[in-house]
Amino acid sequence: MANSVKPAVAETPKPLATPASPSMSVIAPAIAWLIPGAGHLIQKRWIRGLLLMASITTMFILGLMMQGRVYLPNGGDILDILGFVGDVGAGGLYIVTRVQGWGHGAIAHATADYGTKFLIVAGLLNFISAADAYHIAIGKKP
Amino acid sequence: MTLELSHFSAAVLFSLFASVVFGITQRNTAREQLRYGMYCFVMFAGGVFVAGWVMWILRH
Repeated sequence: MANSVKPAVAETPKPLATPASPSMSVIAPAIAWLIPGAGHLIQKRWIRGLLLMASITTMFILGLMMQGRVYLPNGGDILDILGFVGDVGAGGLYIVTRVQGWGHGAIAHATADYGTKFLIVAGLLNFISAADAYHIAIGKKP
Repeated sequence: MTLELSHFSAAVLFSLFASVVFGITQRNTAREQLRYGMYCFVMFAGGVFVAGWVMWILRH
């Protein structure tokens, strides 16, 4: 009696989405870092891009309005270094802030420390957003 | 222009923006993103209340 067992076939995992062009995997995260949400917008994820742009930009601006401190490149205290890493994640927002000379912080305001945290977290959220734009570009995410 | 928010309103705004980004980036479909974003917001805001009560209990 013939055994009707089918031969095992190695299945390759299907990608969740169609990958974009290889250059997009470089351009998308780069532009996402420079302009929050833009990495999604250039891949036609309009709603996601606009929500990310609005959230990260608003958070950064609120941080500045609360007289938060923007960290400069430094090699001193570890928390200052990490603060700079967080801030620089905001990309273009950080560059504009430095060029304009904003974000010196004001210890006279009790909310200034909240503002400093808002600035750092906006940058860190933008790193996550850039990573997400990269995942969309390589087809790992729809 | 200086903005002076209370601790609570700053925490709620923080929760809102962080939850939007977490929802969009950590899930794939729109429905999952909405659900996860709301979950994160509730956990953030709930954490503020719990931490507030814990501090009140410790003080009294």
